[in-house]
Amino acid sequence: MSTDTAEKYHKHTPAPIDCNNVVISLRNIRKSFGSLEVLKGVDLDVCKGENVVVLGRSGSGKSVLIKIIAALLRPDEGTVRVLGKEIDQLDARELQELRSKIGFSFQGSALYDGMTVRANLEFPLVRNQRKLTRQEVDKAIRQVLDDVGLSRTIDQMPAELSGGQKKRIGIARTLILHPEIMLYDEPTAGLDPVTSVEINDLINDVQQRYNTSAVIITHDLTCAKATGERLVILSEGKFLRQGSFEEVFHNDDPIIKDFYNYNFISDS
Amino acid sequence: MKVFFLRIYDIYQFSLRFWKEAFLPPYEYKEVFNQFFEVGIKSLSIISLTGFITGLVFTKQSRSSLAEFGATSWLPSLMAIALLRALAPLVTALIIAGKVGSNIGAEIGSMRVTEQIEAMEVSSTNPFKFLVVSRVLATTCIVPVLAIYMGFIGLLGAFVNVYNNEQTSFVSFFQEAFMKITFLDLFTLVLKSAIYGYTIGMAGCFNGYYADQGTVGVGRAANTAVVVSMFLIFIEEMLIVTLINTYR
Ligand SMILES: Nc1ncnc2c1ncn2[C@@H]1O[C@H](COP(=O)(O)OP(=O)(O)O)[C@@H](O)[C@H]1O
Ligand SMILES: [Mg+2]
Repeated sequence: MSTDTAEKYHKHTPAPIDCNNVVISLRNIRKSFGSLEVLKGVDLDVCKGENVVVLGRSGSGKSVLIKIIAALLRPDEGTVRVLGKEIDQLDARELQELRSKIGFSFQGSALYDGMTVRANLEFPLVRNQRKLTRQEVDKAIRQVLDDVGLSRTIDQMPAELSGGQKKRIGIARTLILHPEIMLYDEPTAGLDPVTSVEINDLINDVQQRYNTSAVIITHDLTCAKATGERLVILSEGKFLRQGSFEEVFHNDDPIIKDFYNYNFISDS
Repeated sequence: MKVFFLRIYDIYQFSLRFWKEAFLPPYEYKEVFNQFFEVGIKSLSIISLTGFITGLVFTKQSRSSLAEFGATSWLPSLMAIALLRALAPLVTALIIAGKVGSNIGAEIGSMRVTEQIEAMEVSSTNPFKFLVVSRVLATTCIVPVLAIYMGFIGLLGAFVNVYNNEQTSFVSFFQEAFMKITFLDLFTLVLKSAIYGYTIGMAGCFNGYYADQGTVGVGRAANTAVVVSMFLIFIEEMLIVTLINTYR
């Protein structure tokens, strides 16, 4: 990638970041599957309003990390605090309440393929707020569809949507609950460059409009540069480096150079 | 071998969880109702067709042996016993295993590998209750209904054959047919089919829920669901018949 292109897609509008308010805090997270040690002691703090990008090659445990934050996986060791609450200590109801404040954008969008777009968007809403009237639900659906720019797809099935549209609907489905935290698992994976840029813009747009803090997992440098205020590199189960894009990549460390040179060309 | 026992333990945990979650609120009424429709209504045509043919063909084949003893007048009661005691529940279960069991395995399996199950979990929905409990309840309740239905359709098939040969009237055919049917027969029919239905739902859901990553995993989940449930249905049939016959 030439420096010019990289500059062009660099994030321009920093959000108001409040580092007195840490919304996600991981301490010494370890996770293994059988004999495979995926995470070997990871620490991370995310400030309110901040987009943190986690870069790493395929299979480095990025999805495992983000799923631990959403309490979809349990770490073997270490503590996870989200919005001030230690996840381990929550009962089912408290966990449900916390999760309604976390939006998870899955790698493959994870739209319910037996349901229309409308039903997909309605699903989390009616299950979290059972007292809403039909009008209120419809209004919320129209609002989020508008926010992701896909109002016309409301009665389509997921199979009829393009990859980029699926991603947008997946993001809309989480926005409908007005989350405080967004977790994006490889938001641009499998998308063409133009669509990727649109998704990057959407991520920044969400940050501004919904006041979210986010963890963005990716192996796409363009996406990292366009969406993140801060960058961490995950390699061999540990965080190698943290900082702004410049801090991380203007560095003589050979592993970092490797990342810059090869890794993000190959897809997962 | 160790893997095999771990598997058994997983299945045991899985069914334990079913019983726990089936009775705990909140109930997913709407999804349960949907599944009743999916399993029941959508299987009606194939159950009707196979039931009718089973009754018709079985009567035709039995006719010659009974005719040797001049006992063709036994056909109605013989067919009723054969259908209600053995054929209807077994054939229904095998068809539903092939049609619905594979469907459940593939559906839940693909939801697993495309992370839809996790998406449900973060949407304040218990995916086990929403997907597994509703489907297993549906198969457990609907297979008995379908089996009874197939019994009657089968008798209708038998009646067509008997009517063509002996011109027996509809009413007297069914009077004769039910003469030898006891309450125990009907009770066993329902009990057996409910167990088969539970087996089909469990096998489908378990294999789907723990599908391996990737599209291969989905195909394997569907396939294993059918093979395992058919195998178990035959084992259960044998056990139940042995047990019931000690009470006869
Ligand atoms: N549920 C699981 N069971 C066993 N192994 C897993 C599981 N989830 C992830 N892994 C393994 O952990 C490693 C990291 O996976 P993942 O976090 O998905 O990588 P990525 O960085 O590409 O998102 C991989 O080797 C994967 O095979
Ligand atoms: Mg991943």
